[in-house]
Amino acid sequence: MRHVISVLVENKVGILARITGLISGRGFNIDSLAVGETENPAFSRITIVVRGDDAIIEQVRKQIGKVIDVVKVIDFTNKEFIERDLMLLKVHTSSGKRGEVIEIVDVFRGKIVDVGQKDITIEIAGTEDKLEAMVRLLRPYGIKELIRTGSIAIGRGTK
Amino acid sequence: MIKTGSEILLNALIREGVEYIFGIPGGAVLPLFDVLYDSPIKFILTRHEQAAGHAADGYARATGKVGVCLATSGPGATNLATAIATAYMDSVPIVAITGQVKTFLIGNDAFQEADIIGITRSITKHSYLVKDIRDLERVVKEAFYIAGTGRQGPVVIDLPVDITMEKYEEVVSGGVHLPGYKPRYEGNIRQIKVAAEAINKAQRPVIYTGGGIIASDCSNELLELAKKGNLPACTTLMGLGGFPEDHHLSLGMLGMHGTAYANFAVTESDVLVAIGARFDDRITGKIDEFAPHAKIIHIDIDPSSISKSIGVDIPVVGDAKKILQELVNYVLFVERREWFDKIKHWKEKHPLLYDNNGNVIKPQYVIEQLCDIARGNAIITTEVGQNQMWAAQYFTYTKPRTFLSSGGLGTMGYGFPAAIGAQLGCPDKIVVDIAGDGSIQMNIQELSTVARLNIPVKIAILNNGYLGMVRQWQELFYNKRYSGVLLDGNPDFVKLAEAYGVKGFLIEKKEDVRPAIEKAFSIDGPVIMDFKIDPGENVFPMVPAGQAIHRMIGTMA
Repeated sequence: MRHVISVLVENKVGILARITGLISGRGFNIDSLAVGETENPAFSRITIVVRGDDAIIEQVRKQIGKVIDVVKVIDFTNKEFIERDLMLLKVHTSSGKRGEVIEIVDVFRGKIVDVGQKDITIEIAGTEDKLEAMVRLLRPYGIKELIRTGSIAIGRGTK
Repeated sequence: MIKTGSEILLNALIREGVEYIFGIPGGAVLPLFDVLYDSPIKFILTRHEQAAGHAADGYARATGKVGVCLATSGPGATNLATAIATAYMDSVPIVAITGQVKTFLIGNDAFQEADIIGITRSITKHSYLVKDIRDLERVVKEAFYIAGTGRQGPVVIDLPVDITMEKYEEVVSGGVHLPGYKPRYEGNIRQIKVAAEAINKAQRPVIYTGGGIIASDCSNELLELAKKGNLPACTTLMGLGGFPEDHHLSLGMLGMHGTAYANFAVTESDVLVAIGARFDDRITGKIDEFAPHAKIIHIDIDPSSISKSIGVDIPVVGDAKKILQELVNYVLFVERREWFDKIKHWKEKHPLLYDNNGNVIKPQYVIEQLCDIARGNAIITTEVGQNQMWAAQYFTYTKPRTFLSSGGLGTMGYGFPAAIGAQLGCPDKIVVDIAGDGSIQMNIQELSTVARLNIPVKIAILNNGYLGMVRQWQELFYNKRYSGVLLDGNPDFVKLAEAYGVKGFLIEKKEDVRPAIEKAFSIDGPVIMDFKIDPGENVFPMVPAGQAIHRMIGTMA
């Protein structure tokens, strides 16, 4: 099962290696990983997307919680949360299909951030599903390059 | 006052109450050794860094204080790795200080450089690379705090040589501030009451305890609980000494080489109270058949231990001592005659047994004599293998911190250096390393250390000329194809001892066993006793790997 795990850590050297080591040490591949400072520069938030057996992920979650510089661990699975992944992709438009490509980008509320002779570069943020849906539609035109930041996630506010 | 990094470190160690540092010098720690030269902390020079690490570990296990070892960068640091892993697996509080190349050379493949922080990441509770002298005092304080609290464990401080030479105003900070580290000590009172209710209702309860009882210093509370609730108790290897084995409620050790009655009782139990234990595979055997009828209560300080390998019904996270002090208030005395009759029957029918009729020296006999002569005043350390299991089975442990053994990692070569640390920490005890002829050779260079400092450790080699435990598995499960286990190149251990200036006795006859031990114990100095034992003797009972624990071999069915 897919798990989105959010880890609040003290901004210290080696913390990322410790956390990824706990996951890779069990033979799990990390689907995506995003790290950045929080509102307080002394702390960072690490968002990890990992697939694996629920019981083992729960064990990993507890072990991450034990790492000294980890302040809090949340597994968003089965919780209300907002997830975003930022993607940049460069699509071939040499065959006179630029209009069609721009139309698809508009439908997904993406942005054209660069236009070249033979390609355009698109920026889009959203859930994994949304990004994958757009990639599926754009693939026939020819994707030259695709880069993603990996998911970041935040819990929904109190209702 | 302006001080060098070395002086700041030393003062911080003194404030932590460090008595001994075990280690070996080298280029990257020269400034540290210069301040150690006239410091109140005693430096114990070992002959290999691994031994320094185990000695710090043995000191920590025997005294309950944090042990300290020190090595230079590169090979010095990597030599510590096995000792750090040993301490990590058994949750032993040590602080390992390693020298490092100058900060600007880190990552440059400099002479004697190794990324020890990276190498030890998965075998430490925490680690620090000190790149700024302003952090040094705080790092030492945090390291000792982290090592010695919560679920204890090893912490590495990697110290570049330029930091130890730099000068800085020494500031002594206040308390430790670690937002991500807040071990939970108090158990949830509601869970404790639920646990007590389950215990009171139980017809066939068993307590199963591990090293957590010793780490939490709560063997008295454990005995109180067992007596008040009328609950039989078994321990893991790590838990030996946490419950008095001469008490009628004791079932001895459970698991792969546990007593038949402990394994039967756990298998038939309806409530299993696990305290400071982690359901290791050597304890559970085949998971599906481990305590299949039991409601499982698990008391542990480490939340990640709960339901790790076995689903737990009633978890209580916190310090065992505090939880037992609370739990005992709600537990009632219940007679349970049927259950105790059954246990009595198992004890009578399946005692620990060996054939002592012949003239040959049986290892079990040697251990029994050691136990008898030591009369409760001994600390036993072990190597790993048959020697370790016989020492666990045939010595009667009644007090905590009297059995020191590498349980989790199973490190051969642990026992002798651990005995050195234990002896320095507990000078009034008789410290005996129960060794095999294989494992003693993995740190035998420390004879030099005990000889020079006259550390009166006694080494009892159970010499069967084999890597015995492996030989036993090959005999039982590999069709007696003895591969790589014959130690036909063994030295004459008596001559070897004498070469180091240590007394050595060769014991080849059963009637000489007792006098030899008595003589060794009367000598105020290190002694090697080389017992030539029955080479074919096996450790029984034994649960074959992956089998259910009540399916033992080597016990009368």
